[in-house]
Order: sequence, then C-alpha cells, then structure tokens
Amino acid sequence: MEELLLEYLPILIFLGLASGLSIAMVLASVIIGARKPDPEKNSAYECGFDAFDDARMKFDVRFYLVAILFIIFDLEVAFLFPWAISLSEIGVFGFWSMIVFLGILTVGFIYEWRKGALEWE
Amino acid sequence: MIIQALAFYLFAAVAVASGVMVISARNPVHSVLFLILAFFNSAGLFILIGAEFLAMILVVVYVGAVAVLFLFVVMMLDINFAEMREGFLQYLPIGALIGIILAAELILVFGSWVVSPEAAQVLTAPALPAGDLTNTHALGNIIYTEYIYLFQSAGLVLLVAMIGAIVLTLRHRPDVRRQKISDQVERKREDVIEIRDIPTGSGV
Repeated sequence: MEELLLEYLPILIFLGLASGLSIAMVLASVIIGARKPDPEKNSAYECGFDAFDDARMKFDVRFYLVAILFIIFDLEVAFLFPWAISLSEIGVFGFWSMIVFLGILTVGFIYEWRKGALEWE
Repeated sequence: MIIQALAFYLFAAVAVASGVMVISARNPVHSVLFLILAFFNSAGLFILIGAEFLAMILVVVYVGAVAVLFLFVVMMLDINFAEMREGFLQYLPIGALIGIILAAELILVFGSWVVSPEAAQVLTAPALPAGDLTNTHALGNIIYTEYIYLFQSAGLVLLVAMIGAIVLTLRHRPDVRRQKISDQVERKREDVIEIRDIPTGSGV
C-alpha cells in the first residue's frame, strides 16, 4: 500500500511544481505587468468589425454518434487490460468468456459498419 | 503519512469545490470543464485508496470520452442558458421541498440499514488481495470467471447502447454524392465512350 503510493509521489511533486509555477507566472504578470487600458484596446477585434453573433452554434449530431461509438470501444479495450494480465490464471474459461464478450460487440460493429455509421459523407 | 493526508484533503476539497462549480457556473461549457477537474481529483482519491486501475480507467474513459461527449451535447443543445436561468429562483421552494423529501427518505433508508453478520463471509474475494498481486491482476482474476454473468451483461449493455445511438442519430442525406469504388472499377470503355464519324465541316 505504502510502496504503491510512493510510486505516485513524483507525480504529486510534479503536480505541485506545475500548479505553483503557473500560479506564480499569472500572479507575477498581474502584479508587475504594465497595463494602460483604453476603450480601443479593450474592444473586440475581429478583422475590423464587431462579432456577428454568439460563438455557440449547433453541432451536427454526427459528432455525438462518433463520440458515443468511441466510448463503447474504449470500454471494450479497458476490459481487455486485466484479461491480458491474468490470462495465464483464468484458463480456458476466462479466455472464451472474453471471446464471447468480443463476439457480442463484433455483432454491433458489423451492424454499425453495414449501416454506414462509420462513413462521414 | 502526513503527505497522504494532505493529498487526500487537497483532492477532496478540490473535487467538492469543482462539483459545486459544475452546478453553479453560468456557462455550461465551464460546467463541463469543472466536471473534468472533478474527475481528475476523484482519480487522485482512487489512487490514495490503492485502486490504481480504477483511477486510470476514470481518466481514460471519463475524462477522455465521457467529458468530450458532454461537451458535444452541451454544444448541440443550443439553449440560451442565461435566459433559461431567469426563472431559477421562482422554482426554488418546490425544488427545495423535493430535495428535503429525498434527503429524508435517504436518511430513513440508511438509518435502518444493518449489515448482516454473514455478509462478511459471503464475500468471494477480499477487497485488497494478499501478496504481491497488482490491482489490475486482482481484478482480472475474478471479472471474467467468477463474475461472468455480469461481464457478459456489460457486453450486452454496450451492444444496446451502440445500436440505440445508431438508430437514434444516424441520418443519411439523400443529396450527398458518395464515392462508390466498385461502380468506378466496373465502368467499361464501351459504356461511356462513343466514337462518331463526323464529316469535315458539318459539326455534330
């Protein structure tokens, strides 16, 4: 338990250094930076005229489809890691258990391919 | 040990603070970014209790995929949130009432919850495996054999999610011309080229 946490100590130190350094840089520029604002400097600059409208616009729903398909195969791969490590101990039963799992998802993969969900048009 | 305690309080405090910011930030995109911060801090907490694999999966799956999905959903909604929040305070009493009822129910349920003395013996695998087993190894030893039904139903749930997402969101546009390689390869010279004998000076 303790050894496991000691392995992560460098990451914690790095995290502290990174946040300390970034806070120091932002604070230093706030404190010692020269600032002389005027209305022209503060106004929006977009090729010479004001922004037309809100920057938020509707995304195509296909982005969502790609993202959700990505999550599903991400989870499938996440299940593969422990299986690969302990394959020598769980034997033939564990091996075929994973093959059935992969087969179920392959059915979905074939469906998705045949429906053309992977094509972008 | 003191570092461990400090790290715990740091991660827990930032996780709770970013959780509060998720529901109170004005801009929904900022809410999603605070959600990502909360995920990272929860991963830190998982590491502190020794669950490395869960921590890494939290970062890979939640930060890498779910948060991106939330960003897309937030972008897709295209709702003016400032407008929507105008009547926020108006609904506060009824919201608070529902919250209090839920909290009371939860307190009643957990107050009368007794762990039966046999439960400890029924546990098939100890929470922390003995010996030098790593976290991932310990999980791998039981997921695929002892918990095979749960594992296979996870696969079925993923399949349903995949098919559901395709059925709900896949629309083929009829006006888009796609490249069909088989049609291109099938094309014969005779189908598309015609040689005409035009007399000189008469035109086609």
